[in-house]
This record gives sequence, C-alpha cells and structure tokens, in this order.
Amino acid sequence: MRLEVDITSKEYKNAAGERHDVLAGISFALGAGEVGVFVGPSGCGKSTMLRIFAGLDHDYQGRVSRPAGARLGMVFQEPRLLPWRSVEDNVRLAAPLADEAKLSELFAILELDAHRNHFPGELSLGLARRVALARAFAVEPDFLILDEPLASLDEALAARLREQIAMLVDGRSVMTLLVTHDVDDAVRLGDRVFLLSPRPARILADLPIPTPRSARGEAEIAAIKADIARRINGDRTERDAAS
Amino acid sequence: MPRLLSFTVFVATWWIASLLAGDAKLPAPPAVLAAMITEAKSGALFLNLGATLARVALAFVLAMSLGSAIGYLMGRVRLANRIGDPWLILLLNLPALVVIVLAYIWAGLTEAAAITAIAVNKLPTAVVTLREGTRALDAALDEMATVFAIPRWRAFRHVVLPQLAPYVAAAARSGLSLVWKIVLVAELLGRPNGVGFEIGVAFQLFDIPLLLAYSLSFAAVVLVIETSLVQPFEARLSRWRPRAA
Repeated sequence: MRLEVDITSKEYKNAAGERHDVLAGISFALGAGEVGVFVGPSGCGKSTMLRIFAGLDHDYQGRVSRPAGARLGMVFQEPRLLPWRSVEDNVRLAAPLADEAKLSELFAILELDAHRNHFPGELSLGLARRVALARAFAVEPDFLILDEPLASLDEALAARLREQIAMLVDGRSVMTLLVTHDVDDAVRLGDRVFLLSPRPARILADLPIPTPRSARGEAEIAAIKADIARRINGDRTERDAAS
Repeated sequence: MPRLLSFTVFVATWWIASLLAGDAKLPAPPAVLAAMITEAKSGALFLNLGATLARVALAFVLAMSLGSAIGYLMGRVRLANRIGDPWLILLLNLPALVVIVLAYIWAGLTEAAAITAIAVNKLPTAVVTLREGTRALDAALDEMATVFAIPRWRAFRHVVLPQLAPYVAAAARSGLSLVWKIVLVAELLGRPNGVGFEIGVAFQLFDIPLLLAYSLSFAAVVLVIETSLVQPFEARLSRWRPRAA
C-alpha cells in the first residue's frame, strides 16, 4: 500500500480560454498508515492536486501511481451529500457492506446518532461535514483523502472533530492525505507536513514529525509550528535549502 | 372545498352563458347531462373513453421512455447531441396534423399508426426537457459516486435519477397534456371509435349536447388522472425539498 506521486505540471484552462499553471512540482511518496498533510496558501492548487490523487482528473504531466485495489474514502471541501437521501442512506449508499454495529459506532463517535433520519437540508454545515466524514470512514478506506474537513467550523467543534479524525485514522492505520491551510491542524494530525508554494504549487518542504500524534506535547507542537512559520515566511535561501 | 367552489362557479357561468347565447349554440348543463347519461347507458361512453385512454397510455409510455432515453443520451454525449439536434428541431416544429396524416398514409388507418403518430408528437418535448435535466446534473455528485466506487446502476438510481425526477415530472406533465390534445385529432382523422371520433360525429350532426357530453367526460377523466396519479407522484418525488409557499 503505497502512493507515489511525481507531477511535473498541471495546466488549467478557464472558461475564457486562458491557460494557468496550477501545479509545478509535486513529488513525494506516502506509505501505509502515514498521514501526509499539505499546508499552503488558499488558491494554490491543493484541491486540484487532491482530485488527481483521487483519480478524478487524468489531465496532467507526470506520474501518479495509486495503490492498486485500495478502497478510497474522501471528504470533499463541501459535504457533497445527496439531499434526497437521509443521513443514514447517504452513508450506506457509499458503504453498502458496512454492518449496523460499525455504523452505530461511527455515528456515536461523530455525534450523529440523533440525525440518522434527517435529510442533509436539515443539517447545519458542521453536521453535514461530520456526515461526510462518517461516509468516508464507513467504507473502511485504505486510502483517505480529506480536503479541508475542518474549514469554516468554529474552534471548539473543529478541535473535537480533529480529535475524532485522529482517533479514526489511528484506529485503522489508514494512508491519509489531508489538505488544510491551518498549521495547527497540520501539526496535530500529520506524520509528515508538506509545505506548498503559492500557485503554481510545488512542495517547498517535507517535514516529518516522528513523535506519534497522541504523544505530542503542546511545547513540541508550538516548536514545530514556529519552524513551519519561519519556513513559510523565511527568506529565499532558507526556502531553497528546505526544498 | 375551494375546488368545489371553483366547480360551482364554472357550472353557474356556463348556465348563465347558455341563457344568454341560447340553447342552439350552448346547451344548458341538464341537456348535456342527459346526453351523457344516454351515452353511458348504451355503454358507448365508456367504450369510447376506454379506447381513447388506452391510446393515451400507450403513446404516453412509448414517448416518455424513448424520449427520456434519447434526452439523457443527448445530454451526456456531445456527439449524440450533434447528430440528434437537427432532428429534434424538425420534430419540435412539425405540426401534429402533418405527422398524423403521414402516419395514416404510410401505415394505413391502423391502431399502430395512430399511436405512433401521437407518440412522435410528444417525443421531442420529452427529449428537450430531459436533455436540459441531464445537462444540469451536478458534476460534484458524479465525482462523489466515482470516488466511492458506487456501481453504475446504483449511482444512476440514487444519484442521477433523483436529480432528473423534476424534469421527468415536467416532461410527463407537459407531455400528458399534449397527448390529451393530439389523441382526439388522431381519432377524428382515422379511428372508428374513441372520444375524438364521437366528437367528429357530433360535429357533423351539429349535435352540441353530445359534443359537450364527450368533451366534458374526457375533461373529467383527465382531471381525475392528474389529481389521483400525476400530482401524488410529483409530491412523492419532491418530499425531501423544503415546502414551497
């Protein structure tokens, strides 16, 4: 179970016919059970990159070898639930093999018990995001892609969800790619943090965090965050040294 | 209750108009009711309504299924749209009368010719509506189905069909009214029974009570089918939507 990525460039043609470079140099490999977090400025091409990893976009220069036969779970930037199916049916449709015990456990962890029979239109954005998470985990993925799953949620809820994600990822040792622009999320969730440049995105730095997620102290987290902040804001020579 | 009131106002207006225009032009409700009862007693009313309904049902099902399939294909596949579009425009604008007359000339005065002609008239509107519906499908949800490897048929049923449902309902609604209108012309021109045939007979004999008796029985059947079948179906499809005012 291994993801190997070497994208040399990706162009995007907008509605007016203008060409834009979105990705310039994305090259890394990720093994089973590893959580890779991409941190970059908004609009740098993170979502485009994830679409390529998910196999939704094949129009790029380079090579992506996705783990063969791996079950994929994904949380898109928007919840992307079917408005005409209940919360439970939305999850079951993606994960027809999930048994009742498994689903109950998942709904309990994500605090969705009370909302099983609601339609997505009746949910707040925070709840809808949790349903999207439940759907991604219900398929028992080998490969999980999370596109800013915590964006636009209030701090308390984001922190709780972050813990729940960490718990689910550790519980099954899933190869995970997570995109965020929140350095705090990145440091608390990732085994490796990839720093991305502004558009066209390339990887500026690949920072491993050897301490297991649960064992990271606040001091260590603060130190890594300071390091990342320094690299993001640092001068040119530091950036080149890092990449 | 508002429906009953609406109906009462209709009958009252009719009665007053018949008093003003005279029995020869617009018979009063009792005369029409009497004609209706005579026809019902002889069994002709039900036979003719039945024949018309059977034609409507067959032509409707034929046009809806074929039209939906073609519309979906044209919405999904650009080449299909390129090939089909000129034909679609031709069929959309071809007068119903031309189709019916040509069908009778080519296929004889047969049941198959009548049903085909009615279906061909309704087909293009179903195609256009479904094509628009297919173009409006949410690509984000398609991607979701791809990512989660939802099998094609399940994705079609749970992701695509619910999005098409309002378009299918709209095509059914407008198509059904089109079929109601055209079936009588087809019967008038080339069938030996049905409401259209009877109205043709009544027209030639200038038997206005008979003409109205058939017209109104037909309208009543349309109303019953719309309220008891079409509307509940629409309501069921849209139950997940927030209630409109």
